[in-house]
Formats: sequence, structure tokens, C-alpha cells
Amino acid sequence: MSASFPAMRVGDLGAADWSRRLSGRGAGVRVGPFDVLLRVGPTELHAHLQRLYADHPFLTGPRVYSCHARLRAAWHLGRPPARRVRFSVDGLAPHEDMPRGQGLAVLEWGLNLAIAMRFHGFLMLHAAVLERRGRALLMPAEPGSGKTTLAAALAMRGWRLFSDEFGLVRPGGTLLTPVPRPLPLKNDSIAVLGEYAPEAVRGPVIPNTRKGTIVHLKPPRDSVARANEPAPVRWIVFPRWRAGAELAIEELDPVDAFMGVATNAFNYELLGEAGFDSVRALVQAGRAYRLTYSKLPECVAALTRLADEDDLGDPDVVANAGER
Amino acid sequence: MRPGGLRTRSAHVEVRCAILAALADPESLLALPPADLDFTVRVTRRAQVLGRLALHLSARGLLERLPPTARDALAGALAMAESRARVTLWELDRIAWALREDAPTPLVVLKGCAYALLGLPNGAARLFADVDLLVPEARLGAVERRLVDSGWRGVELDAYDENYYRLWTHELPPMVHAEREVEVDLHHNLVMRTARSQPDPALLLAAARPLPDGRYAALAPVDMVLHAIAHLFLTSEIDDSVRELLDVDQMLRHFGAGEPGFWEELWPRAERLRLARPAYYGLRYASRLMGTPVPDRVLKAFEAAAPNGLVRAVMDVCVPLAVFPVHPDRRTVGAAAARFALYVRLHWLRMPPGMLVRHLARKFYVRHLRRSAPAGN
Repeated sequence: MSASFPAMRVGDLGAADWSRRLSGRGAGVRVGPFDVLLRVGPTELHAHLQRLYADHPFLTGPRVYSCHARLRAAWHLGRPPARRVRFSVDGLAPHEDMPRGQGLAVLEWGLNLAIAMRFHGFLMLHAAVLERRGRALLMPAEPGSGKTTLAAALAMRGWRLFSDEFGLVRPGGTLLTPVPRPLPLKNDSIAVLGEYAPEAVRGPVIPNTRKGTIVHLKPPRDSVARANEPAPVRWIVFPRWRAGAELAIEELDPVDAFMGVATNAFNYELLGEAGFDSVRALVQAGRAYRLTYSKLPECVAALTRLADEDDLGDPDVVANAGER
Repeated sequence: MRPGGLRTRSAHVEVRCAILAALADPESLLALPPADLDFTVRVTRRAQVLGRLALHLSARGLLERLPPTARDALAGALAMAESRARVTLWELDRIAWALREDAPTPLVVLKGCAYALLGLPNGAARLFADVDLLVPEARLGAVERRLVDSGWRGVELDAYDENYYRLWTHELPPMVHAEREVEVDLHHNLVMRTARSQPDPALLLAAARPLPDGRYAALAPVDMVLHAIAHLFLTSEIDDSVRELLDVDQMLRHFGAGEPGFWEELWPRAERLRLARPAYYGLRYASRLMGTPVPDRVLKAFEAAAPNGLVRAVMDVCVPLAVFPVHPDRRTVGAAAARFALYVRLHWLRMPPGMLVRHLARKFYVRHLRRSAPAGN
């Protein structure tokens, strides 16, 4: 991917230029392995998008885009008439129109959907992924389990963010591919992160979505700049937040780890044998843990200690890093 | 919208040319400039033939020569097509197992599954959604009961839709196994009960040939082609059905070259099955749009089933506009009008007028007026 890594970033464009492109033929943005062409009608979103994607490579010139995504205003003739937004990929809308005030969240969900529906050249795990000491931490978890919050907190404390949503693995290897995007904090975790990382750049408050209130956090500059550097899996952690729980990390049996990874995937079944082989390779290459926590700083410290105290002098892991 | 594209060509011609060029020679993708490759990937994905292109390139080790984003797009489409083939063939296996004790004669597999089981050139990496079986009407109840006993459930429908399927159509309401997602359609004929003209299913069943696996049969080659055509022009909406026109094209080429007596049988069989008019359209548009080599004598024989000049002229305009997908960035009024015209034609042929009015009125009510209408289409 890095052959022609573009020098220009979204934040380098003039605001008017950026806006004109979004309203017109589209603005190309590189998001990890995906080149996305964005066309966004509602102008109130343009500045927010430029801030949240400021460090992402801006693409110019003709190319094959991974997806042509479009968000546009739509009127609904109900009683009363309502302003809505319609998300579409290559001219097809995958779901019904949503309230206009939720445009930014709709666009981000839409991109998730487009990736999950299309790119079966990857095993796509439903997981947060971060990197430290050249090794990847894979945290598979169901929606609502707090993995975005945890990913955001780790990213604000020196871990390199790969994704809060997608663990991308090429079948046959154990390398995780970064796809850094804005982090959608939900409800209570907005205030928690506000306290934890007040300096982070934020998007607008989007109330009343189907997942509650959402605020997007801009991913760290370094994570975005190094999005073309994959890392081999080392730690597979299944996080569980429980009010008032004592911090606990227990090592997990490989069989349980296998089930935990396989059941938190977008396309494990679709890939068939390749899916099975990939999950087995991940579980064999990494060490699996179950993590229960209630306090975010404590949890971040524990994971950081786990990574820093790990003896990485294992020749197998280094050998794995070379395969692609 | 397309940078570098020929702005003088109509949006629709641009889409059609890109799809046909890619299908005629998948390796031509390797030489396309980036903007054209981008466009080709988009429209062939929409036409559901991207997986087919991917299979061709992947089998020759050529995927690696595409730019990374294109390679990922094709690899994804190929994995998707392979997965669909795997789960539908597994569903067939489970149905054969469920019916193992009460099947005196094998059931007839239709469409995509049959193409795959026969190893036809159009069967490879073909995205297919359902399992379609042709069952003698007398056995329909028994087969349905057996499947229900083994874990399949009818998809939940309201009373109108349930009646619509059972009284008027050529199939039962779709069934899905509780543990899986593949839709199983049990047909007793190829076109709706209410259609103006329909084949005698006994003729189709009598000519069916057992498949190598011994558990299923497939329609005879001529009947299989006629069914693919009837499906295109008589039973389903024709929108975005490049893939099905490609089925017709590929099977005509395959059987035409390898199946003795295929061309001679086509006209008499089409007449016998009362599918001469749709077959006329099928041959006409396969040869005109896909360049299918249909012998002149066969085209001449089918002239007897041609509609009047006006209808034919309208079809000549409408069919290409509907079969090929619309331009992803540019809406065209022509394509929308053509699709609507063919939609009306389809329903006119499928139902008597009084029933048609009732059916369309209800569809309009459900889609636009009913309060708690289910999402999606």
C-alpha cells in the first residue's frame, strides 16, 4: 500500500476547497487499506469531517476507490415533513433515511457497513485493535461492551490505534492491518473520556441516535500517519466492564479463545475453511486473557503492564511478522 | 461524473460497454486506466458479475497485477460468491437428507444450483441466493410437511401474501431452516398459475435428467435454457439482470456446441411448452446484447413468435435499459421509464386485469400508506 503514499493530508486543504470537493465530485480519503471517495451534501458536516479526518491522507488523481460513499439531504413527506439524510454506496442506499441531525454518525456507520459487506479478502473481526512494542492487542467484543471507550483510552496513553471496530487479518497470516478512524464515544463514556483526555479533538454532540448520544474523537496523529504498518497479534483480550468489579486478568484456554474470536467476526462463516484456519493461526500466535474491570485508568495501566512485562524474545512471533 | 470518461456517450451506453468489455475479456481489466477500472469494478459489482471476473483472474494468478484496492474488491466478491455456492449446496445436501426416505424420484433442481452441480460455464462464481426445486404438484404437500418436520419454517407472511403465494403463484411461500439462512423455494411450475400461457410441468419433469450425484435431477438442456429465459421475461422483474442474460448466453453457447440436436429442438420445444414468445425475446436479446451465436435458421423459426412491430420496437428500447444497471452517479429518466414499462408488462402477462388492479393497489398501500410498514424492500 505504501508505494505511492500521498504527502497531502485532509487538514492541509483550505476549508473552502475541502467543502467544494465534498459537495461536488467527492474528496478522496485513505483510511488504512481502503481508499474512500466521500460526497457529502449537508454542508454543516464539512468542517467537522475535516477536523476529525485532519491527519488522514488526502487522495488526488484517478484511482480505484474501495467505495464511493455519499450522504445527501432528503425530504420526507410525512406529517410533519422531515429533513433526513440518505447514505448510499455506489448509488444504492443500504438502509432507510435517518434524521438529518445524525448525519455524521450515519456516515460513519455507513462506512462500517460498506467495509463489512465488501472486503472478504480480509478476515474481519469485530474487535478493537491497538499496538505496543510492535505487537498487536486484539480485543474482540460484542457491541455495547465498551471496546470503543477502552480503545480510545489506550490510544490516548501511548498505544497506537488500529481500530475500535475492525480487526482486519489477511487469511493465512497473523498480521493485523490498521484502519484508524474517528472513535464514536457513546453516552456515559463521553464524560469519562472528557475527564481522561481533555486535550483530544472532538466532533459535535449527536443526541438521540439509535445508540444514544454520540461524540466522535479524532484518532491520534501518529496512529493515522503509520496506518500502513501492520503488526503481528500478541495479546488477545476479551474485555468486560462491570460496575464496581475488581480488576481481574485471567489467562484463557486456547479453545475458549478460539470460540471468542470466531463468534466476534463479521465474516468467519463466509470465509469457510480460510476463516477457521485464520482464527486458529491467531489463537496459536497470541496469548489470550479475560479482563474484567470497572475503572478505566486501572484497566489501561493493567494492559500496559501486561504488554511491557511480556517477554517478546520468542523467535516464532518474529518469524510470523514477516509473512504476509 | 467520471473523470476522463467520454462525456458525449450516454450514461447508459457507458455502463453497458464497460460490463460487456469486462465479460468478453476479463483480462482487459489489467490494462484499464485507473478511472476506467474504478468504473468497471463498480458497475460489474452492481450487475453481480464481479465475482465471475475475479474467478477468471484469480485462476490465472493475475489478481496480484491489479492495484491493491481493486484486488481487494475482486477478492471480496470472489469470497462472497464461493460462500454462497457453499451454503446453497449444503442446503441441497440437507434437503436430500430430510427427504431420504420418501423420494421415489429425485427432485429437480432449478437455476443456479443446477448450473453449479452440472459444472456449466455460467455456474462458476455465480452469486446465487436461493435453492429452487421443481416438485410435482401432487407431492408438494408431502415435501413441505417433511421439511417442516425437519426444521424448516415458512417465512412469516400476512394473510394476503400467504394466499398470494399459495393460490396464484408457481411456488410455495419461501422456507428457511431454523439454523441457517438459505431460502428454499418449492415450485410446481415455472411461471405463475395466473399467467396467460404456461408450460405443462409434466412435460418438464418427464424430460428431466438425473444429476451425477444421484440425489437430484436437472431439467433437460433445452428446457433449462427456456426456463432461464422465462425467468427473465415472464416471472421476475428484469431490472439489473445482466447475470441472467449471461446465463442464457453461456448456456446457448455451451449446449449449442456440445449437445446434439440442441438447436433443432429449441423451436418445437418452446412451442410445446408455450414459451415461444419469451424464447423469441431471449434469443433476440442474447444475440443482440451479448453477441450469442444463434444460427440464422433458428432465429428465422422464432420469427413466428414475434410480437407486432410496435411492441418489438418498444422492447428493443426498454430491455437494454432495464437489464443493465443504471449509472451509479448519474440518474437517467429513460432507464426509470423503461423499467416501469417492463414492470407493467410483466404484471399484465402474469395476472388477469381485475386481479392486477387489486394486487398493485395493495402493493401501493403497503409501500406508501400503511403506518407500521416493515423497513427495506
